[in-house]
Amino acid sequence: MIPESPNKPAGWLLGRTRWRWYELAFWAAAASSFFIFPSKLMLISEIFILGLLAVSIDLTLGFAGLVTLGQGAFFGVGAYAAGLMAQYGAGTAPFADPLLGLLVAGFVAGALGFVTSFLVLRGSDLTRLMVTLGVALIVEEIVTQAKDITGGSDGLQGVMSSPVLGVWSFDLYGKTAFWYALIVTFVCFWFCRRLVNSSFGLSLLAIKGNPLRARAIGMPVNTRLVAIYTIAAAISGMSGGLLTQTTQFASPDMVAFHRSADALLILVFGGSGFLYGGLVGAVAFRVMQDFIGNITPQYWLFWVGLVLVLLVLFVRGGIIGMLIALRERLLRKGEGS
Amino acid sequence: MIFKSILAGAVGLAAGLQFTAPALSQETVKVGLIATLTGPQAASGRQKVAGARLYMQLNGNMVAGKKIELIVKDDTGVADVTRRHAQELIVNDKVAAIAGFSLTPLALAVAPVITQSKTPAIIMTAGTSVITERSPYFVRVSFTLPQQSVPIAEWAAKNGAKTAVSLVSDYGPGIDAQNAFKMRFEEQGGKVLEQLKAPLANPEFSPFLQRAKDLKPDALFLFVPAPTAGALMKQVIDRGLTEANIKVIGTGDITDDDQLNGIGDSVLGLITSHFYSAAHGSALNQKFVAEFKKANPGMRPNFIGVGGWDGMHAFYEALKKTSGDTDGTKLVDAMKGATWESPRGMMTIDPETRDVIQDVYIRKVEKKDGELYNIEFDVVKQVKDPMHK
Amino acid sequence: MLTILFDGVAYGMLLFVLAVGLCVTLGLMNFINLAHGAFAMAGGYLTVVMMNRMGLSFYWCLPAAFLFSAVLGVVLERALYRRLYDKTHLDQVLFSIGLIFMAMATVDYAMGASPQIVNLPPSLNGRIEILGANVGVYRLFVIAICGLLTIGLQFVIAKTRFGSRLRASVDDGRVARGLGIDVTGIFALTFAVGSGLAGLGGALGAPILSMDPSFPLKYMIFFLIVISIGGTTTITGPFFASILLGVADVAGKYFVPAIGGFIIYTIMVAVLIFRPQGLFTRSAKR
Repeated sequence: MIPESPNKPAGWLLGRTRWRWYELAFWAAAASSFFIFPSKLMLISEIFILGLLAVSIDLTLGFAGLVTLGQGAFFGVGAYAAGLMAQYGAGTAPFADPLLGLLVAGFVAGALGFVTSFLVLRGSDLTRLMVTLGVALIVEEIVTQAKDITGGSDGLQGVMSSPVLGVWSFDLYGKTAFWYALIVTFVCFWFCRRLVNSSFGLSLLAIKGNPLRARAIGMPVNTRLVAIYTIAAAISGMSGGLLTQTTQFASPDMVAFHRSADALLILVFGGSGFLYGGLVGAVAFRVMQDFIGNITPQYWLFWVGLVLVLLVLFVRGGIIGMLIALRERLLRKGEGS
Repeated sequence: MIFKSILAGAVGLAAGLQFTAPALSQETVKVGLIATLTGPQAASGRQKVAGARLYMQLNGNMVAGKKIELIVKDDTGVADVTRRHAQELIVNDKVAAIAGFSLTPLALAVAPVITQSKTPAIIMTAGTSVITERSPYFVRVSFTLPQQSVPIAEWAAKNGAKTAVSLVSDYGPGIDAQNAFKMRFEEQGGKVLEQLKAPLANPEFSPFLQRAKDLKPDALFLFVPAPTAGALMKQVIDRGLTEANIKVIGTGDITDDDQLNGIGDSVLGLITSHFYSAAHGSALNQKFVAEFKKANPGMRPNFIGVGGWDGMHAFYEALKKTSGDTDGTKLVDAMKGATWESPRGMMTIDPETRDVIQDVYIRKVEKKDGELYNIEFDVVKQVKDPMHK
Repeated sequence: MLTILFDGVAYGMLLFVLAVGLCVTLGLMNFINLAHGAFAMAGGYLTVVMMNRMGLSFYWCLPAAFLFSAVLGVVLERALYRRLYDKTHLDQVLFSIGLIFMAMATVDYAMGASPQIVNLPPSLNGRIEILGANVGVYRLFVIAICGLLTIGLQFVIAKTRFGSRLRASVDDGRVARGLGIDVTGIFALTFAVGSGLAGLGGALGAPILSMDPSFPLKYMIFFLIVISIGGTTTITGPFFASILLGVADVAGKYFVPAIGGFIIYTIMVAVLIFRPQGLFTRSAKR
């Protein structure tokens, strides 16, 4: 994130957009996990989905500096939108297609994001936390109350996902789900990557750094923030839609507070402001959950809490931040000798 | 020369071992138990696991020449985790059946998976009627809320209650209970004045209870999931509903064995209907309770624990019937119509609906040996779920 | 009708005692301590242990819960919280969520996941008639204690030397320090009192709201709502906010049971839409 004393701004900007070898390696590893862990495909798909949600939070938090605690609302709205599409569209070919469902999920969540973004514009960090949390709670309450549409506390049942593009149907082993989740995550990620490296993305960084100064040099701060918040909401919605489509149901806990908290944890765990933080964090979080969960299934929450506390106290920038610090230290050593 | 003979001996030994190997290692049949071990529902998950483990401990782990292995997974009460565990258990661990499900949404979430994979799923707790209709591979050994609510509605109507108010938690089982109660109570000539629904996650019941009190019904029917019951009962007593001559009745969830002592003497005399009480008089139950307490110090078995026990029993018996064949459809067929004696009394799996048919007792909270128990004083024999067509 | 009002006030008062410590720490140190509920839980569980396991009187539990949570608060403040004062709000939020998780797992480990129930002494059970309203004795007791606490707090803050130092530290810590006020000490003491009050609130709430390990998360939302409506600059703001919330919640559920759950959230969002500037002026300054 921090420019390594660029000689020319143009070179720095180009450097940001270039695909590095380790990025390619990351995605290659993601794809090859299909062959390495054929028995864990469901879990891996879930990691992609969670990772995508965390990436969407990174857009607002890491790049625009908006602290929010209610991304779960968009995730849940997307989940229900995709679920309802699959439920009512079942049988009628174009409406039942998961891709269309996903777009609708993104659109609905984005619309909610757009409407609520105006609440987020004002006030301090604290107000934002409260407002976003409040919105998420209200959405959760609506979801549990509107039984006729959402199925209430029992969740949305009878979501039968149609085959993707009419060709690949979802199988029991989660193979289709894996590729579907991977490709959607990749495409969304690619979009985010383009976005944050565009002039739009750079202006967000300026706003994060100093909103007052950004405004002073003529940047439409509020418009930009509304835009990024809406986009992030849409991507959260799509990740929610993915979860519904791959698991074939939606339940109120897809909107619940712990979704927002988990996703935020994952992002901080991985490191915010790098875009990859969300994905890396999701992998690390799930692996840790699996590992600790096998030792003490009942008390793994304690260790997650401990890791979180230690992370905040001692580590800056999460896992990716640690890796970068390590690399810099190695480079410096190399220069010294 | 010597070397050669040693080699020959070794080869022979190896061959011999190979021969005997299949006889030595029995085939293992795995059962996945998906319980909620963390979060607000954790208490129920522990009961269920304890009940299932106890059954295996007392009845051995060999059935029809096969070794039964129980794999316990924690779903944290979140439906998509339940589903993922179910899928992994079926695909990776190749389990013959899955069991558990503490809440209705968790059970419903696995419906597509078990239908697709033809794996029996034994419901040990969740109590909404509709679950078994969602997949032909669901078999229920617990109870349904309508099944529990109808007997108490009848009892209340017979014992002079003309009007009633119901207060339930706002989710599937609660609404089931409320509707079944209203249906039967009004069939018997009573009138339900109002059906109140409290949010599932809210422990402050006072406004609802005050409303119920101000409506002045003869009876107040209550249902909330077991972990919330203690708080609700305290508030019922605190609000003085019993002094206002309102008969407080409910399903046994509100006088859950596990919590009853904690609620305190104020619930003495409370009348509920349920299929299980730790004070049930049969020899089997006394043994079950004693062994359960021995294996789990500080816990008293409740209806969830007995659900765990019966779930394992249903699976054991089905496997015996198929002589060890683990084909899902055959196992479900073997469970259909099965009748056995459970610690709760006699129970049958309805061959048509795969739902449980059992005795429902009317009980009163009384003190026995310094502890509070639900003492059964009346019984409605072999109740079917009234909501299934 | 009066009974409903009364119940609402009692509920609101309880919320106030639970949340007031958070208002103070937030206003004072600009620290978002979401783990405030964990201190309340500590007090509540101490009550459970003292009453159900040791058989001590409920009246002893109240001061004990206050002291226990206060000590816990000051230890954590000195050991951990102190390091986070100059970190970002996000770090503070994450840190306190981490603490919540640890507290939940610890309580689960020590006390089990089942809700714990506290049985009141007979002198606090039952109901009496006041002004034609039928009210619970315990709720009356809660109102009395909370009312006294509020008056006491208001007096300490408005009239005593400590209070003026506290206000000075809140308004401008640097200048206060320059004037020779021991701001760090005041912070620690205030944090302790805030946590102690939460513990007391937990103990008072234990008989009404049952105690289970998810307590800190379940009530976090209520605390935040109280703060968002009442602000953090005064004691009276959160006080009236709590009463408003309590009454609105109880009355809403009584008169329109079907949508009762929405009411408090709607109030919160409405307030935040129409009066956001009045609520967080202090933290916006930084």
